[in-house]
Amino acid sequence: MVSASSTTGGELWEVFVRPRRGLAHVHVGSIHASDAAMALRNARDVYTRRQEGVSLWVVPAAEVRASSPDEQDSFFDPAADKAYRHPTFYEVPDALHL
Amino acid sequence: MRSTCEAVATEAEYAVALADDALVASQRLVEWVARAPQIEEDVAIGNIALDLLGQARLLYQYAGSLTDPPRTEDDLAYFRDERAFRNVCLVERENGDFAVTMVRLLVLAAYQRELYDRLARSVDPTLAAIAAKAVKEVAYHRDHARQWVLRLGDGTPESHRRTQTALEAEWPWVSELFDGGWLAPALVERGVAVAPASLEEPVLAFLREVLDEATLAEPDPRPAVTAGREGRHTEALGHLLTELQHLARSHPGASW
Repeated sequence: MVSASSTTGGELWEVFVRPRRGLAHVHVGSIHASDAAMALRNARDVYTRRQEGVSLWVVPAAEVRASSPDEQDSFFDPAADKAYRHPTFYEVPDALHL
Repeated sequence: MRSTCEAVATEAEYAVALADDALVASQRLVEWVARAPQIEEDVAIGNIALDLLGQARLLYQYAGSLTDPPRTEDDLAYFRDERAFRNVCLVERENGDFAVTMVRLLVLAAYQRELYDRLARSVDPTLAAIAAKAVKEVAYHRDHARQWVLRLGDGTPESHRRTQTALEAEWPWVSELFDGGWLAPALVERGVAVAPASLEEPVLAFLREVLDEATLAEPDPRPAVTAGREGRHTEALGHLLTELQHLARSHPGASW
């Protein structure tokens, strides 16, 4: 059994809420908790008290691998001048209503 | 009033007693807000206290509508004295440490869970509707308290010691929940109210399961002499009501 709150109030967990059926879970913020069960409950109390969701995920923040700000140029800039990746180079027939 | 509409008056008293449990427990829980072990727990305790306050309001509104003359929820919450309150002594006592609050919440929520579950089938449609709404709320309160008691009881030696101490302190006040001596028997016979004694077995069975999993020892039964349902309270209730009722009594009729 994981011990109750330490001086830091437990580890950090990232919280994802699915606002309604058919939509994807969206990151809404983070909370502290001693373990996964408490993290789910804390997330419920902090992020879904005004009917924001129908499903919750909690993920240990330490398990999230994030891209580094130093790598921003090599990661994202190359996409900037490649307009041909966007589906804009053909006519949509009038009969097709998107 | 008692002679002409006794059945109605006693039903109002029943609703008031359940409301008083919820209101007083809510007020004690609120004392934790901004002082809980984590900010997340501040929010959780605040949510639980607000759920209880909502239950108290519905029950007061209904009880007030049954009496002649009718009374408002504010009359009942703010303008009754200590001796008129019918809550069990369990909920009114000073808070102590976090373990005390979680053990007490576990007991209260376990009791309310069984009570509202049955009251949702009351022949009184209003009581049944209030109970049906409340039972989902208290099921969550019970789960929240259970999670903490498991972690505190089966946590560090210090948290175990404190939780066992809290349990010893709360246990004498548990049996009052199951004492139905104050309740008009006709209310139970007519299917309006739930016999408090019928809740003892399921509530204790649940509590024992949690205590066992939390490596806590059930204390010996040493029931405190309590008569909260008859209006005789511990010293703590008067102080709690002083704070709770101060604003409404200093500025009667004030509104936002």
